[in-house]
Formats: sequence, structure tokens, C-alpha cells
Amino acid sequence: MRVLGYLFVGIFFGIVLFKSEAASWFRIYEMFQFDAFHMYGIIGSALVLGIVQIQLIKRFNIKSFYGEKIVFIPKDRGYARYILGGILFGLGWALAGACPGPMFVLAGAGYFPILIALGAAILGTYCYGILRSRLPH
Amino acid sequence: MDFIFEPWPWYVSGPLIALVLFLLTMMGKNFGMSSNLRTLCTICGAGKHADFFRFDWKANRWNLTVVLGVIIGGFIANYGLSPDNAVAIANESSAELHTLGFADAGKAYLPENLFGSQVFTDISSLLILIVGGFLVGFGARYAGGCTSGHAISGLSNLQLPSLIAVIGFFIGGLFMVHVLFPILF
Repeated sequence: MRVLGYLFVGIFFGIVLFKSEAASWFRIYEMFQFDAFHMYGIIGSALVLGIVQIQLIKRFNIKSFYGEKIVFIPKDRGYARYILGGILFGLGWALAGACPGPMFVLAGAGYFPILIALGAAILGTYCYGILRSRLPH
Repeated sequence: MDFIFEPWPWYVSGPLIALVLFLLTMMGKNFGMSSNLRTLCTICGAGKHADFFRFDWKANRWNLTVVLGVIIGGFIANYGLSPDNAVAIANESSAELHTLGFADAGKAYLPENLFGSQVFTDISSLLILIVGGFLVGFGARYAGGCTSGHAISGLSNLQLPSLIAVIGFFIGGLFMVHVLFPILF
């Protein structure tokens, strides 16, 4: 049953990413040109509602659908990894015009060249794992 | 019901993404797409080469199920819910892209010169997809998350590291579009 839940949330998320045009290379370009509010509206409104819901869950100690305590894992402290990793990610996001979620969306939508970018993203993840101990964190 | 077949405005899409975050949180899970790339490395045997990939990937099967759904969702949205998937970007962006050689800006979902079937035999387009994808994968894991993990779920939980990462996303993205695009295209 839980598996079906994850599957349906994923299908819903995929449809939203495609229909919102957040999976469009053109929209990412437009966002970095500051030519439209669209992408900022999507991320901003999701964020405002996200902050409110997480605060409410914490404040009222709301349990999960399965009656378990909801744990929010804080991100590790640090600076270098976030700014350096973030910059590398941003360069790729603007060039490929897709972050990981939209890559999967576009694969499903039949844009098969995105599989090249997706394969390269898996390779990039692998190279990070290999070089991890030598990188500043 | 016709609005479903139109592009969805930000004030509909953003709250629906917040709903995705809510549902996953209430299922006791952390919203994040890029960690699946690490799981895929582990499944392919990367644990033999680096400790980073030595973990019980089966604990992340739920997230791979989400990814399977995302792929199906992309299929449904494009083939079932989008009679016309042209993206009407701002005129300024469209004009700028036309001068860079993206003739279909404003008329398509993705640029033909990067995502048309001819890219499989076009070295420069292939390189752009490979370098872009590589940076996304490497950067996301280095930063410990991507747009969903940092910009949505991390910032929603008021995490300072996520704010630093998102600032990095924009430094990189702005540099790419404003400085490197005129050189690359």
C-alpha cells in the first residue's frame, strides 16, 4: 500500500513539473535572465507554504499518516561544500536546463536526449563519491 | 476543465509542489530527487570503488518508486494533458535566444538544437548535455541536494546550509547564462 502512495505522489509531482513548465529548458533560461516571475512564483509559493506546514507539524507535534513521529534531519554544518557544490550545480542547471526531477520528467515525456544528461549526472555523482575525501567540505 | 490542458500558472503549480512536500513528509520521508542518483550508483556497484556508495540502497526503494512515478507523470502530462506544449516565455528572453541561434524559443517545450533527435550525432550538442548533466550530478551531491532538497525542503525547514546552496545555484546559473552562453552558442 505504501508503495502505491509513493508511486502516486511521484506521478502527481511529474505532472506538476511538466505542466508548470519548470521542466522546460526555456523557463530556466528565462529565470536566470530575470525576464519573468513564473519560476520565482513557483519556487516562492511552494516555499512559503512549505515553511508554514513544517512549522505547524513541529509546533503541534503532528504524527505521520502511519502514526510515527516526523523527524526533520538538519543539514550538516559547513560552508565550502554548499557554496562550491551549489555553483557547480547552478552551472549545470542553466546549461542542461533541467535539475534532477525534470530530467526524469523529460525522459517520461519522450525527450530521449535528456537520457544523455541523466547518464552524465549519474557519472557526476559517481565522480563526486570517488573524489569526496579530497574536496573541501 | 480546459485549464488542465493549458500551461499551469505559478500560483497553481507552486502550491501543488508544496502539497507533494506535505504528502512525502506525512509519509515520514524527506523530499529530494538527486539522492536517487547516488542510489543508482550503488545499485550499479559503485560501492566497490568508494565508501560513499556503501549503504543499504534498499532503504531508498521508496524514493526510486517516486522517481518511477515522476517518469510516468511526465509521460501522462506530455501525451495526455498537453495538446500544445509550446512554452510562451517572455519576449525579451525569446528575442535574446533567437540571436543565440535558438530559433524555436517561444514555440516549443525544449530547444530542438539541444533536444531534437539529431543531437545523438552532433558532437557539440552532445557535449553540452554531457557537461551540463555531469555538473548537475556532481554539484548536487557535493552540495548535498538539488532544487527539491535545498530550495524547497531545506529552505522550508529554515536550514542555513540550504540558503548557501541556493545562493550558489544562482551564482552558477547567472554566470552560465550571462557570461558563458554568448561564448558557447
